[in-house]
Amino acid sequence: MHFIVCIKQVPNTTNVQLDPTTNTLKREGVESIINPFDEYAIEEAVRLKERTGGKTTVITMGPPQAENILREALARGIDNAILVSDRAFAGADTWATAYTLATAIKKIGDYSLILTGKQATDGDTAQVGPGVAEMLDIPHVAYVRKIEEITTNTIRVERMMEDGYDIIEMPLPSLISVVKEINKPRLPSLKGMMASKKAIITKWTAQDIGADTSKIGLTGSPTQVMKVFTPVARGGGEKLEGSPEEIAQKLIGKLKGLI
Amino acid sequence: MPNQINIIPEKCIGCGLCFKDCLFGAISMAERLEHPNKFKLAIIDLNKCTFCGACVQACKKFNAVHLIKEASIHLDKDISHYKGVWVYAEQRHGEVSSVVFELLSKGRELADKLQVPLSAILIGYKIENKAPELIAYGADKVFVFDDPILFEFQDDPYSDVLAHFIEQKKPEIVLMGATNIGRSFASRVAADIYTGLTADCTALDIDPQTRNLQQTRPAFGGNIMATILCPRFRPQMATVRHKVFKPLTPDSNRRGEIIKETIDASKIINRTKFVNYIKDLSAKINISDADVICSGGRGLGKPEGFKLIEELAECLGGAVGASRAAVDAEWIPYSHQVGQTGRTVGPKIYIACGISGQIQHLVGMSSSDTIIAINKDASAPIMKVANYAIEGDLYEIIPQIIKEVKKLRGLN
Repeated sequence: MHFIVCIKQVPNTTNVQLDPTTNTLKREGVESIINPFDEYAIEEAVRLKERTGGKTTVITMGPPQAENILREALARGIDNAILVSDRAFAGADTWATAYTLATAIKKIGDYSLILTGKQATDGDTAQVGPGVAEMLDIPHVAYVRKIEEITTNTIRVERMMEDGYDIIEMPLPSLISVVKEINKPRLPSLKGMMASKKAIITKWTAQDIGADTSKIGLTGSPTQVMKVFTPVARGGGEKLEGSPEEIAQKLIGKLKGLI
Repeated sequence: MPNQINIIPEKCIGCGLCFKDCLFGAISMAERLEHPNKFKLAIIDLNKCTFCGACVQACKKFNAVHLIKEASIHLDKDISHYKGVWVYAEQRHGEVSSVVFELLSKGRELADKLQVPLSAILIGYKIENKAPELIAYGADKVFVFDDPILFEFQDDPYSDVLAHFIEQKKPEIVLMGATNIGRSFASRVAADIYTGLTADCTALDIDPQTRNLQQTRPAFGGNIMATILCPRFRPQMATVRHKVFKPLTPDSNRRGEIIKETIDASKIINRTKFVNYIKDLSAKINISDADVICSGGRGLGKPEGFKLIEELAECLGGAVGASRAAVDAEWIPYSHQVGQTGRTVGPKIYIACGISGQIQHLVGMSSSDTIIAINKDASAPIMKVANYAIEGDLYEIIPQIIKEVKKLRGLN
């Protein structure tokens, strides 16, 4: 079986601090990392290969520097890596990104299951995974918290919902987007890290994947950013002081109209 | 190249404002020794630039960033035939989601501005009886797709039905809840019909001249806001979270039309099979649409601490949330986690108990109306975003709050 994982390079906001005066992010020197949700997709693909045999491939659309996150995925146990990179992809929204990834996956050809993280932490849209499935004309289930069973031609998964979970079965090939609950990712092994440094990464341009140039990058994107602005920061609050009893009384006084 | 961005060296004074505002790390400041004042020069790395325009905004004073977005020049679809505002009336297990009523309220406002009807699209099985309620909340028309194949939500049949209906009726705006259901199948529909979809909008407005929908949404976990347009394609699709808009007061005298649509089930794409639904018994109240959320973190010190949080939540009629630290310690299931890797919530009241307020937690709850923080550490980040900050031992303070709430309820 062949498991393909789509990943994304995102700015690392986990080490970022809030500026105490302005309440905005300190953005200086932000490094790039694998989208945290994609680590679960990578781990799940590696586990699936351990269960069923086969191979794993990781793919990303991004700038040349995104090679680093592909190497990290290799260090975490993925077999092959593909970087889909071209200046013409810049400014892609979720539609154009899904189109580009789907076109690249068509070039890969044979696959059993595509895995993605539930969303990326920079855009937070959760739209690319299902979009890729639609463009490849395969079924998908989003928010997967567990793979109950996988055979050569079907998969049964648990889909996390607001009020519990659904159990869904679908034929392969298909796509799942996974939530954090699905596994606990292993750290890259030292051996994996050494090997990943030397690994050869396949690089594809827009021409290599045969992309329709009117459907990629900013040109192919239905949505456009009109403006970007910093939200009004939350003002400093009020300290409630006194004995626990006094504090509770003050608080309830403040909340009276709300509760 | 379809789009271009340049720094005009004569205008750049090397102040670094654009560098600071670039979320993609695409700008660096280079030394410029030849400059008479030794001003630095901003350099844009086109491999990282997404042409978002944040640097243009940052450089308003000096106008040194020149951005041309050529994509906005030509039209791909004839979009003038697209008329009307739609709200997808999401239902689960036969109950219409509360976000639908909120969307109908906003949809009503948009439809009135555009002078077009507001329609609700109801998809499911044995759900026709929900249609009058949608009219009472603001819809002019309700289109009902009622068929056994649509019994439980599955992406395939739902997106197939909605995508075909959009292509047939050509609405100009389609609003959906940013729920697990909405976010999953809206993406399929937009991919299928080739149009723009903007996730998690917090504000929607109409530009009366172009009829474009101005969709404002947070990105980077709410650290920046972006206003998105979909000028060349229709419909303009957007998802909106719970509690962003307020529903209208329902009026059962409102007149509207209920239209039953039929489908040919044999032609509907339906590759997945719904096996079962398992209810989450630990969540008495759905955290996504709760008015009050009481959350516990590592500061509880022990798993039993959540009993106290539950008690507080129960007396306030709220749901129980948690920080990642508490979930990772396995004190409470993941479904309660609030924050970047959990759920994003925006209740009227959010009470953070023993949560320090790391940025990953803050991005998941900072849109709450009123935030109350109870923490031993007065310098914890949560205390700075809280409307009411309480420094002290939560095990002493929470029981007193519960007592006062009960007293208040007793008087009422």
